[in-house]
Amino acid sequence: MIYREAGQFKTSYNSDQAILPIFQDRVAMVLMLLFAFVVIPIVANDYWLGSILVPFLVLSLAALGLNVLTGYAGQISLGTAGFMAVGAFAAFNLQIRIPEVPFLLAFVWGGLWAALVGVIFGLPSLRIKGFYLAVATLAAQFFIEWLFTHFDWFTNYSTSGVITAPPMKMLGIAFDNPLNKYLLVLCIVVLLAFAVRNLVRSEVGRAWMAVRDMDIAAAAIGINLMKTKLIAFGVSSFICGVAGALWAYVVLGTVEPQAFDISRSFEILFMVVIGGLGSVAGAFLGAAFIVLLPILLNNLGSLFTGGQVSTGTISHIEYMVFGTFIIFFLIVEPNGLARLWQIGKEKLRLWPFPY
Amino acid sequence: MDFWFFLEVLIGGLLSGVMYSLVALGFVLIFKASGVFNFAQGAMVLFAALTFVRLVEYGVPMIGAAVLTMIVMVILAIVVERLVLRPLVNQDLIILFMATIGLNYFIEGMAQTVWDSNVHVLDLGIDEYAAFEVGQAFINKFDVMAAGVAGALVLVLSLFFQYTAIGRALRAVADDHQGALSVGIPLRHIWIYVWSTAGLVALVAGLVWGSKLGVQFAISTVALKAIPVLIIGGFTSIPGAIIGGLIVGSGEKLAEVYLGPFVGGAIENWFPYMLAMVVLMIRPQGIFGEKIIERV
Repeated sequence: MIYREAGQFKTSYNSDQAILPIFQDRVAMVLMLLFAFVVIPIVANDYWLGSILVPFLVLSLAALGLNVLTGYAGQISLGTAGFMAVGAFAAFNLQIRIPEVPFLLAFVWGGLWAALVGVIFGLPSLRIKGFYLAVATLAAQFFIEWLFTHFDWFTNYSTSGVITAPPMKMLGIAFDNPLNKYLLVLCIVVLLAFAVRNLVRSEVGRAWMAVRDMDIAAAAIGINLMKTKLIAFGVSSFICGVAGALWAYVVLGTVEPQAFDISRSFEILFMVVIGGLGSVAGAFLGAAFIVLLPILLNNLGSLFTGGQVSTGTISHIEYMVFGTFIIFFLIVEPNGLARLWQIGKEKLRLWPFPY
Repeated sequence: MDFWFFLEVLIGGLLSGVMYSLVALGFVLIFKASGVFNFAQGAMVLFAALTFVRLVEYGVPMIGAAVLTMIVMVILAIVVERLVLRPLVNQDLIILFMATIGLNYFIEGMAQTVWDSNVHVLDLGIDEYAAFEVGQAFINKFDVMAAGVAGALVLVLSLFFQYTAIGRALRAVADDHQGALSVGIPLRHIWIYVWSTAGLVALVAGLVWGSKLGVQFAISTVALKAIPVLIIGGFTSIPGAIIGGLIVGSGEKLAEVYLGPFVGGAIENWFPYMLAMVVLMIRPQGIFGEKIIERV
């Protein structure tokens, strides 16, 4: 009864194709944004902001980027962390060489470089598909990792290979405490999430989904495969690049290639699959799951064993539980957490009546 | 260019390539019979090797340890079929792929919880550093032996696939699940056979790699080296795994020696992937893979 579209008449194409066509969705979105922008900064402490919410938001952004590519355009990529690294290093290098550049511009610069690299490594997607493509993107992952470890120019000839990210300052505000960082990341994530949501209902987004569902059929109805796939790689890598820059600047405070290894790529792919392929909300739900689960397991582990068992064993058991959860979720809901959300909405539409 | 040095590098590369093929074989077997890209193969190698080496350390003779490990791998195959594959029948390939990554986490965790995460020395009674000379090139005896083992394994598996009833059933399943079911081939048993065979291959690979590197966590990452091998050879071809291994092994060693110094070294990590990408650009199904036919 509460959640239903009956009585909401669309009188123009614009209102019919709005990002959130249903009134209740708009209300929910406003409430969620209010919660994120107002309530959380008031109630959350520095630990929650700095160690949980900021990493969660940045990884959601990366998952959103991968979701554009894998969920909407149907191209599996295992090179996400590589593209993130490109974003982080490009942003860092711009700022190191031209210190006057504001950091937000450096983030965009990082995103653009990541997009360029993404398009280059997306070129094989014109010939190869599925797992073969996934392996080709692994080439990007390993090559980029190697590039940043072995060429000192990228790390500005730092001897340790680990560099502190430049401080973030803009309009006289220094983004150095967890609250400011949180709000900064939140703004960027909300902006990009809306951009993606907007993009996927456009001609480009529809072309992506057509290619995902069957690329030969898509080509037959006149969709330019090359353009569509490369745009997907570009947009996805741009978002991943920005996420990578944020990860280095905001979360870690250092720029290092080790932060962007292959396990990060897998982590983000997990977020996308568990959250739900082809869903903006799914990226956030998946990221929440993957970020929170290890923290939860860690706390439970030390709670149950009471420090009797060695930390090594606990971390191995955590691996086992993590793997089990992944398999369990895939079996119970292969379409991801976003699908559960959708089922919930269907139920709300009828509630309190059975049908 | 010094010819003998070139030869030494080439042969060393070819032999180490065969070792990659050993791991790649496990992938091929499972992919052929169920269309699943089993990312957990590396973890299975680790698990098999750890089980074997720990049993030996407890005083079980080598043969007994091998048999016991094999039994454990069969049990693992049965459990995987029952708890992971069966509920996921008919799902998208990416879902199955993700499930095997989950399985990878689980097996890695289990291997190190049940046994431990120390480095174990595995001594099969072969000297790893002994070498013989061919002309002026030194060739490692251990590598030659490992290559022999891999070759024998491929031969046995090829014959098994070609001439036994189970082998025929496996090929039928690989061709068409539904067709196989309709002529009365029990799909579930087949999956258990395949995963058990992959377990056997994992055991052999684990023993070879374990005695070369020591049994430790790092051998599960050998799987990442096996993936380009798989791609170059083609997902569905057993001989392809060997040829792919030879190409990757020799290619990466030659590149490292002759190209590496110019670009700062350590290109072994990505070179095989680049090679795989180039091969895929020319032949999207790998060198020996079945032609991919798509219909609208």
